[in-house]
Amino acid sequence: MSTLVQVHDLAKTFDVSAPWLNRVVERKPRQFVHAVDGVSFSIERGRTLALVGESGCGKSTVARLLVGLYGPTRGRVEFDGQDTATLGDGAALRAVRRRMQMIFQDPYASLNPRWKVLDIVAEPLREHGLVAGEEAQRARVAELLQSVGLAAADVEKFPHQFSGGQRQRISIARALATQPEFLVCDEPTSALDVSVQAQVLNIMKGLQRQRGLTYLFISHNLAVVRHVSDEVGVMYLGRLVELAPKAELFAQPRHPYTRMLLDAIPDIHMTGRSRTPVQGEVPNPLNPPAGCAFHPRCPHANARCSAERPVLQTIGGIRIACHAVEEGRI
Amino acid sequence: MSNSSDSSSAGPAGAVAAVPVVAAAPGAWARFFDGDIWYSFRTSPVAIVAAVLAFICMFCALFAPWVSPHNPFDLASLDLSDASLPPAWEADGRAKYLLGTDDQGRDILSALMYGARISLLVGFAAVLLSVVVGVSLGLLSGFVGGKIDAFIMRVCDVMLSFPSILVALLIDGVGRALFPNAHEALAFSVLIIAISLTGWVPYARTVRGSTLVERNKEYVQAARVIGVSPGRIMLKHVLPNVLGPVMVLATIQVGQAILTEATLSFLGVGVPPTSPSLGTLIRVGNDFLFSGEWWITIFPGLMLVLIALSVNLLGDWLRDAVNPRLR
Amino acid sequence: MTAPLLEVRHLRVEFPTRRGTLLALDDISFDIAPGEVLGVVGESGAGKSLTGAAIIGLLEPPGRIAGGEILLEGQRIDNLPYEQMRAIRGRKIGAIFQDPLTSLNPLYTIGRQLTETILTHLPVSAEEARLRAVRLLQDTGIPAAEQRIDQYPHQFSGGMRQRVVIALALAAQPKLIVADEPTTALDVSIQAQIIALLKRLCKEQGAAVMLVTHDMGVIAETCDRVAVMYAGRIAEIGPVHYVIHAPAHPYTAGLMGSIPAMDGDRERLLQIDGAMPRLTAIPRGCAFNPRCPKATDRCRQERPELQAAGATRAACWWPADAPVAAASAMAAGASA
Repeated sequence: MSTLVQVHDLAKTFDVSAPWLNRVVERKPRQFVHAVDGVSFSIERGRTLALVGESGCGKSTVARLLVGLYGPTRGRVEFDGQDTATLGDGAALRAVRRRMQMIFQDPYASLNPRWKVLDIVAEPLREHGLVAGEEAQRARVAELLQSVGLAAADVEKFPHQFSGGQRQRISIARALATQPEFLVCDEPTSALDVSVQAQVLNIMKGLQRQRGLTYLFISHNLAVVRHVSDEVGVMYLGRLVELAPKAELFAQPRHPYTRMLLDAIPDIHMTGRSRTPVQGEVPNPLNPPAGCAFHPRCPHANARCSAERPVLQTIGGIRIACHAVEEGRI
Repeated sequence: MSNSSDSSSAGPAGAVAAVPVVAAAPGAWARFFDGDIWYSFRTSPVAIVAAVLAFICMFCALFAPWVSPHNPFDLASLDLSDASLPPAWEADGRAKYLLGTDDQGRDILSALMYGARISLLVGFAAVLLSVVVGVSLGLLSGFVGGKIDAFIMRVCDVMLSFPSILVALLIDGVGRALFPNAHEALAFSVLIIAISLTGWVPYARTVRGSTLVERNKEYVQAARVIGVSPGRIMLKHVLPNVLGPVMVLATIQVGQAILTEATLSFLGVGVPPTSPSLGTLIRVGNDFLFSGEWWITIFPGLMLVLIALSVNLLGDWLRDAVNPRLR
Repeated sequence: MTAPLLEVRHLRVEFPTRRGTLLALDDISFDIAPGEVLGVVGESGAGKSLTGAAIIGLLEPPGRIAGGEILLEGQRIDNLPYEQMRAIRGRKIGAIFQDPLTSLNPLYTIGRQLTETILTHLPVSAEEARLRAVRLLQDTGIPAAEQRIDQYPHQFSGGMRQRVVIALALAAQPKLIVADEPTTALDVSIQAQIIALLKRLCKEQGAAVMLVTHDMGVIAETCDRVAVMYAGRIAEIGPVHYVIHAPAHPYTAGLMGSIPAMDGDRERLLQIDGAMPRLTAIPRGCAFNPRCPKATDRCRQERPELQAAGATRAACWWPADAPVAAASAMAAGASA
């Protein structure tokens, strides 16, 4: 198993300060959001890493950093051994772009409403010059649509003629056009009904098996994550708090936040179980707590937790950032 | 939700397939006539009347040389003995000159058509130029953002603080000063530029707003991930999606542009006197108003009102028809 | 048997459009007992939100009730004039909607919105109303309620706002709460808090709840009974445990099977091929028949009524006759 994607100390900070005039007149300070604050992980070829967390944890930002929609403030992304920051703007970048693609959350906004499905799916083919000639392009698009369970005749239709699940399949077909090795999926089924979600997830798993695809799967739905992933990373306020193989994470969650998340999920097969009540809400990312970001809500926090930020380290076969676990308190 | 029959959704494992109904995708015209906009049109009496009126005016204007009963600019065909005749239904009128003649014997009806031609030409050209300039700047501003955006928006603010007539007067005046013996085409160009220079700002702002919204949508991000250049994204992805409100604005602005041109011509600084527009006709006819020859100025005025009104009503209808919230 | 609090009989809701009249709800009947929590679950387009809207009397025109009756405490409320319905809304029926951002008026303090509701429906003085409002906020778990009551909605976070909305819904002590996707817009950990809060408060006040959602997990945790809707009709209705673990209707079984579970490992999720039919193309007979593995000719011709099937009632000609066996056969891996 070789490593396809490796991320070192990735960070992204957004400047959300008020406009210059407001700052001067109202004496407001500059404000920054550390959407991603030092994240490191690696993904093996053919495997799926899932990143879970609630809103504001930075998982979507990580996805966008990986495909180059944002530039990192710090840290680096390595794709197949190559640092993506050193790719420049030319052929090398395009070659890497061909090999990694992205699927987005909103099936209604991820397809241009004015373009025909043919043009939408053929765009990567045309942009990279992979298939020449209209006939050949059309044939290839038809083939791609059929591989995701749509009909060849759908090439002439417009996105509004399809349902949410079908549009998501079109997005998948578009992402597969350049025969990528790595797919970043940003909550691809969150906007879909449960039965449609099942169809799309089955397709994605099938494709992974057939083509040996590597996935980075972003989601807030732990049940879905459990179904599709091999490894799971839990994020909180821009930091990775636990990273473990799926079975381990679900059987024995170590980090207090992971435990809280698993406990909070309403699940149809565990009706009527008693729950430990959850405290508090995700803090304002403009003003994260000092030390460990989770300490205000953590039942196991001590003085060290409010002062010192825990480092992601390997303990007992999994990677975890928690003082309590490190000290053996839980 | 979808309109398609969900037959095309068998899983890759070839699970249960419903009856494969493949409807041929309807052509563009078929889609248009089936759509909500056409339905809204044919159920709105105001829109239909306005459209018919506008069409008649434009038809007459466009085909004036063939449709008008006389050619008022052909000096040879003028007969001074026919001068200052009232409209046909009045006591001294003649059927040959339906709306009467002016002091030189020119048929008013024909002059109307030729004048409308000039007015509409200037109006449409000015709006076209406004649209091109406004949409380009708005697109650039919304897409690129930053200092360029700030600069363009400040220019818009400045332009809006000047009354459009004054700006048009200024440009026109400068133009005349620079080119005192201007060729007719040049005079027209200066006039068109003058009018469009004050009209491009609403397009820029509207398009900028829409661009800001579309820019954050996932289909634009998908194009970036594919590696499409920003210029192509702007033109091929974003532009088609921001043009909707532009159509509505343009329709309404045609009326405004025509009125602006009429005002300028009335003031004497519009079209060259050799190609009189409706405004010119109104001005010229004004002098005869108090001597009782009202038809020389009233009919051009009515024609102007008719054109502006029908275009405005069409624009109003269009704005309501394409507003998704009102459907 | 106590008299039901809410009775819905043969409710039909239609939307006249220029392409013909669409029947969005087709003969819906169910009851809610006092203090009971009934879940209404379904996928997009099934009509669950419409059912809630029809009951509260907030159907968006041109939608209208075309038939059937809605009775609250034995009295018809579907044909009431606007003013009378307004009196009932708030006093007898409280509503909680999905988006806490738009449920609260951003221009008024929450204290004002609460006291206004209390004063409109209950015969108390202004001071008493304010006291009740503060107590309500404390009950919903908002810290420092006495100070926060004078704040504006934008000064609260999403979860806090939804708590305020719950307080608002309960302010006039209604007998029935209609909650339409109350937790969908919230984070997972907040969802759990809000659900627990809703359950506790409604139990304390003795209010019945009609919980409309697409999230089966929320239903499993909160409800006593659940109605599964499909294409504007009720497919199955019954106690929540049986509907989830021993569903009689094939659609319910497929739905339960397609939900990824927190236990068990399946390579492929059970999937129901195709999609819910659009309102313009609802099949003849049973609406589910094109996608149903058990469909017969009778299913294609005759529309089944809700009939007893094991512990639930299902609108199916071939409900699973041995519910437990059928459930484990269809949803392999789910615990019974």
